[in-house]
Amino acid sequence: MTEKPLTLAEKLWKDHLVQKGENGAPDLLYIDLHLIHEVTSPQAFDGLRMAGRDIRRKDLTIATEDHNTPTQDIHLPIAEPTSRAQVQALRDNTKEFGVRIHSLGDENQGIVHVVGPQLGLTMPGLTVVCGDSHTSTHGAFGSLAMGIGTSEVEHVLATQTLPLKPFKTMAINVEGTLRPGVTAKDIILAVIAKISTGGGQGYVLEYRGSAIRSLSMEGRMTICNMSIEAGARAGMVAPDETTFEYLKGRPHAPTGADWDAAMEYWKTLKTDEGATFDAEVFIDADNLDPFVTWGTNPGQGVSLLDSVPDPASYSDATERAAAERALEYMDLTPGTKMKDIRVDTVFLGSCTNARIEDLRAAAAIIEGKKKADGVRMMVVPGSQKVRLQAEAEGLDKIFKDFGADWRFAGCSMCLGMNPDQLAPGERAASTSNRNFEGRQGKGARTHLVSPVVAAATAIRGTLSSPSDLEA
Amino acid sequence: MERISVFSGVAAPLKRSNVDTDQIIPAVYLKRITKTGFEDGLFANWRQDPDFVLNQEPFTKAQILIAGSDFGTGSSREHAVWALRDFGFKAVFSSKFADIFRGNSGKQGLVTGVISDADTEMLWRAIDANPGLELTVDLPAQELRLGDTVVSFEIDEYTKWRLMEGLDDIGITLQSEEAIAAYEARRESWKPKTLPAKGV
Ligand code: SF4
Repeated sequence: MTEKPLTLAEKLWKDHLVQKGENGAPDLLYIDLHLIHEVTSPQAFDGLRMAGRDIRRKDLTIATEDHNTPTQDIHLPIAEPTSRAQVQALRDNTKEFGVRIHSLGDENQGIVHVVGPQLGLTMPGLTVVCGDSHTSTHGAFGSLAMGIGTSEVEHVLATQTLPLKPFKTMAINVEGTLRPGVTAKDIILAVIAKISTGGGQGYVLEYRGSAIRSLSMEGRMTICNMSIEAGARAGMVAPDETTFEYLKGRPHAPTGADWDAAMEYWKTLKTDEGATFDAEVFIDADNLDPFVTWGTNPGQGVSLLDSVPDPASYSDATERAAAERALEYMDLTPGTKMKDIRVDTVFLGSCTNARIEDLRAAAAIIEGKKKADGVRMMVVPGSQKVRLQAEAEGLDKIFKDFGADWRFAGCSMCLGMNPDQLAPGERAASTSNRNFEGRQGKGARTHLVSPVVAAATAIRGTLSSPSDLEA
Repeated sequence: MERISVFSGVAAPLKRSNVDTDQIIPAVYLKRITKTGFEDGLFANWRQDPDFVLNQEPFTKAQILIAGSDFGTGSSREHAVWALRDFGFKAVFSSKFADIFRGNSGKQGLVTGVISDADTEMLWRAIDANPGLELTVDLPAQELRLGDTVVSFEIDEYTKWRLMEGLDDIGITLQSEEAIAAYEARRESWKPKTLPAKGV
């Protein structure tokens, strides 16, 4: 008898099953890697203390500080009391329970989703969880990576397992070759615009096709990162040579016989021939333009060559109302060319696009150019290590010469929990993942863009692609 | 969590219906980083009134709340249960509860029993007549006893079981300890460990 062909997500599920749920109870899955940060963990630790429980596997748990950390003057105490209390609670809790932590100032401090892969802890074939929705980032390695809530954080700390109900699977097929200036960010913004912010609900997405295969690991992380913006529980890419190459030699990557054993397993991690997905989506990479958002959710995006859409053109009443509201908030008029939209700030940062390749790509564009008058540019590396690497390559100098602010690592203006915020009414081109109302500051307006569009925009002052600079 | 079976305590009458979670604990108390110490937030707005029932003796030490219909509606905040628990409540009775509140209560060891409106009023009268009276909650028998008076209450079998066993979600999972340990025993050696730390 031949076994039923499985999708990659189904294989990972099966391989982590501790106990099958009976009578409608959820399955119990083993968790290989648990990442922790200061915002969603304090009450989980407190819950453990109250129940007199310990952490089951400290050796599968790691913490870093990111959401609240300042990006300048990091030697000073954190000024805002709530932020300071959260960071201090993480330091105290990890000390008390014996969890490894990378604190502000440490080389491996940074956004939790940048730190895991950088250390080589994120690898194919794992289940990875974190009390943060963008945990989907780690799916780029061919692992099942999910964001969880605080009570689930406590559950994983105490048991190293999670009760979960199976999800449906969706294939996102991206075939073709990207044109110059078009990047992973544009692919995922196009995907979300196509399936909408609720289109992935209940699904694990698997990104497939030649355009995905030709992306670097960092590009794949950008794509998986935003799976959650389509409502999906997780996103993943099957591991291949690119993945193995990226991992090899990283601090926590397996070595010797372990590496061989891992490779043997990792090579089986792909969707079987003949396996069926519950849904499929097709994207043509050949004809993709740089993509930008005009509205207040990541699904409200268009090609940069397009114009602000007219809400009247939507047949669906809910969508039309949402578009009207978004345009009012964004202070945009239908028909305005996207390229005519002027910005005040350019933010290069976040777990979507603040890895070394993102900084290199942006630096290559601005090198030797002048920043547009009146535009502020802020560059926030995803981790302290990315910052040091960039400095070793002289990228910091390029950014500084250009007139950009060169900062320390953290979430920063992605969500504005620290002082890095936009003023009310200010407009930003941002390489982050959420353009929700007020996300980057009260009344602030966000256009999601790729790092190269961010760079070109900083030069011209209006939303621009690198090709606009040639003229 | 503590196993719950039969216990007695002072019962407080909360003669209001439709008590939502914003009343049980206002939003300003949600910014904390602890899971305990929410007693000061319990009914914070109402407690500013010195005449409010929980400001009166002997109800400052109440362990059982007899509330009007539709208790725990509104936002799903777990803090509402934490606040009741931290104040000292072990059980709440009402003729109707919001589902999410009831689910959260079961997970935190707070008994929520459904009694009829008539029984609610009868208990309120009995407490008014004799405020210090201790009420006995008998979870296995699903009964409230006040002197000679016996009132039965409803609670679903699953919640009753987990309260009597003293099991929270984690406790339930830990009943599968053997399966977890067996899985760990067969876990591959190449899988990453955060300790000892490398790359530092
Ligand atoms: S960078 Fe933004 S999206 Fe990523 S973890 Fe931080 S706050 Fe969340």
